[in-house]
Amino acid sequence: MAYFLFRRTLGFVLTLLAVSVVVFAVMNVLPGDPALTILGMDASDDALAALREQLGLNEPLATRYFSWVWNALQGDFGLSHSFRVPVSELIAERLPMTISLAIAGMLVTLVLALSLGITAAAQHRRGGDWGVMFLSQLGIAVPAFWLSILLVMLFAVKLRWLPPGGFAGWSDPVAALRSLILPTVALALVQSAVLARVTRSSALEVMRQDFVRTARASGLSQRRVLWRHVLPNALVPIVTIVGMQFAALVTGTIVIENVFYLPGLGRLIFQSIANRDLPTVQALVMLFAAIVVTANFVVDLLYVVIDPRLKART
Amino acid sequence: MFDLPPTKTLTALTLAFGLMASASAAAELVVGMQQEPTSLDPTADATASIDSMMTQNVFESLTTVAENGEVQPNLATRWEVSEDGLTYTFHLAEGVTFHDGSALDAEDVVYSFDRAMAEDSVNPSKDIFEPIESVKAVDPQTVEITLKGKDAFFLFNMGQGDSAIVASETAEGNNANPIGSGPFKFDSWTRGDRLTLVKNPDHRDAADVALDKVVFRFISDPAAATAAMMAEELDAFPGFPAPELLPQFEADPRFRVNVGSTEGEVILAMNNAKAPFDNVEVRRAVATAIDRDEIIEGAMYGQAVPIGSFYPPHGTAYVDLTGAYAHDSEKAKTMFEEAGVAGETMTLRVPPFPYATRSAEIIQNQLSEAGIDAKVENVEWGFWIDEVYKKKNYDMTIIAHTSPNDMGNFARGPDYFYGYDNAEMTALWEKIQTEVDPEARNELLKQGQQMLSDQAVHGFLFQLPLLGVFRQEVEGYWASSPVLYMPLKGVSIAN
Repeated sequence: MAYFLFRRTLGFVLTLLAVSVVVFAVMNVLPGDPALTILGMDASDDALAALREQLGLNEPLATRYFSWVWNALQGDFGLSHSFRVPVSELIAERLPMTISLAIAGMLVTLVLALSLGITAAAQHRRGGDWGVMFLSQLGIAVPAFWLSILLVMLFAVKLRWLPPGGFAGWSDPVAALRSLILPTVALALVQSAVLARVTRSSALEVMRQDFVRTARASGLSQRRVLWRHVLPNALVPIVTIVGMQFAALVTGTIVIENVFYLPGLGRLIFQSIANRDLPTVQALVMLFAAIVVTANFVVDLLYVVIDPRLKART
Repeated sequence: MFDLPPTKTLTALTLAFGLMASASAAAELVVGMQQEPTSLDPTADATASIDSMMTQNVFESLTTVAENGEVQPNLATRWEVSEDGLTYTFHLAEGVTFHDGSALDAEDVVYSFDRAMAEDSVNPSKDIFEPIESVKAVDPQTVEITLKGKDAFFLFNMGQGDSAIVASETAEGNNANPIGSGPFKFDSWTRGDRLTLVKNPDHRDAADVALDKVVFRFISDPAAATAAMMAEELDAFPGFPAPELLPQFEADPRFRVNVGSTEGEVILAMNNAKAPFDNVEVRRAVATAIDRDEIIEGAMYGQAVPIGSFYPPHGTAYVDLTGAYAHDSEKAKTMFEEAGVAGETMTLRVPPFPYATRSAEIIQNQLSEAGIDAKVENVEWGFWIDEVYKKKNYDMTIIAHTSPNDMGNFARGPDYFYGYDNAEMTALWEKIQTEVDPEARNELLKQGQQMLSDQAVHGFLFQLPLLGVFRQEVEGYWASSPVLYMPLKGVSIAN
């Protein structure tokens, strides 16, 4: 286990390092100049030169990279080129929004997908199965932004039950929850469509096995068989997909945050790339990479919990 | 509660109702903004939304510009100009304070100009300070500015956000915590969500300011902007991003739609320094190939005024040159053939603005009818401003020039991205810039328009409209804007 942890930590560090090099290189190859995007079309050459000097853009590329790494190791991610405030401050402002949305989206996805998937498996080739399969096909086909607009039109514009967008923070929890409902649903409906299908097929696989027949034969109720015997044994592929989906949820918030004008990390990275704000993009991509790597790590740990037989192999 | 004597209960009730009444009477305006700035300092960042929120609302300049383009007193209540037109003596308003309570006097004006003109200045319009020789404080209420030469646009330029008066103690923090002297004070900014201004009760014109609080909400997606307006989350969207969505507001009695004008000339820019556009006949052929009415109909849903040269139709020197190259695909085809460029492929690199991307598709089609194969490349803004604008790496592009008095772009020589080099135009602009008599200047501006049209420097398309959606109760917004800002001083909400 110690070796496993060591290997994982090393992988984590190397991944982040590789990501930082790639981001740095890509942002520098990409046409665009932060000073020019800030000062615009009427800027004089000496104003541009002065701003480049201020932003430290005149230093050689390698010097800039290594001083960035050195500072980042000490927890200093630098000043945003366009906002002129510490990047860590920008991220701290927005992280609660994006994390709230991703976690709420994940919970709703799990509840929807597991119950629909199991129902479909139980009703294999009957009405419930067809219904779930049809809905999930629809969920996969419908783009999240379009679904979002429909939800807003119905619940915010027509019925006026919920706000059309925005998020003012958790200081007013009721308002915060109301603001999160539509984006969460928009995010979760699409994600759960995929997961429901995986749950269904994985459950069907397990249901063919002998121990399920034995459980049925020993007189257990259908409900108990499904939730106590089938689901736990069907979890390995489900957890794999959930791990991937959590990463997708965090990045998927980019679209959702735009449609619901939520002040989250997705909009921040969008704006920062447009402004060629390297320090901000760099820190955000690292953060997203860290989330993805962590999610994968948690999934690996969960495998062992779900299926103790795997312990011997790690 | 029940133990209270009746009079006390009554007082408490009256108090509570009184509070509620005053709370509902507090005029709060919620404004939708498409573009969110990353800084709030108009003297250090060119983002247009900084000006529309901050200039003349939070920050003030010596002068200001009215809706009709006229220069008016502001921090300077009056001024004298010397005989030779080179020395301006500005008299500052009495008792003006910055929002942090410190006094605004002549030293602050000198500081603001020194900062904008310094070698390490990052002012986005540093060129407008170029004509200034010196700025000095005569006494705490008087500033004397001496110019190197006459400048017809000097007083106008002194009314822009770039020339806002700031305090030396707070200037560096203005990007996130702006301290000005205007009728509204900065209250808070939740990046990505909203920015709040509150009324400045100490302002000299406070009695004329109807709004107590203004909240700007940042909504970039047009569909989301529409939903927010429809759900009455917003009172106003003064720069509405999507002309195609306006009819549904026009049909709704709750809203008022305004179609005004801006200083933005939308042009099909051609790289005059590069073949084939170094040939005036090719440029004329392009001008003949394009059909403005079709472009305006298709790209702007009919909501724009065509232009035939580089000057806004609402300006006092405007001449209508839209008939100069009547649309005729066949004639254009012959012209291209005669110039030897028929059947050539050219690129049209367009920035990510709806007016540009939509116009590009229509122009591509019109050029193909005239035998030219135009390849449309949609690029993002960071790419455009570096590759197209700075490095001049393009054949054709579509862009709106939103600054006022910008005919001088054509006098910037071959280094500017137009690649246009005409000594006659440069000399004419020199004369325009130094001609202080408005009548005579208008004559020169007319000559300039004629010259640009004759040489078909670019395809001149239309004036960018100012599209606004407002709740019926909102009054006093400018219908058109001769500058980049939108004063909130005259805005009110009817009950």
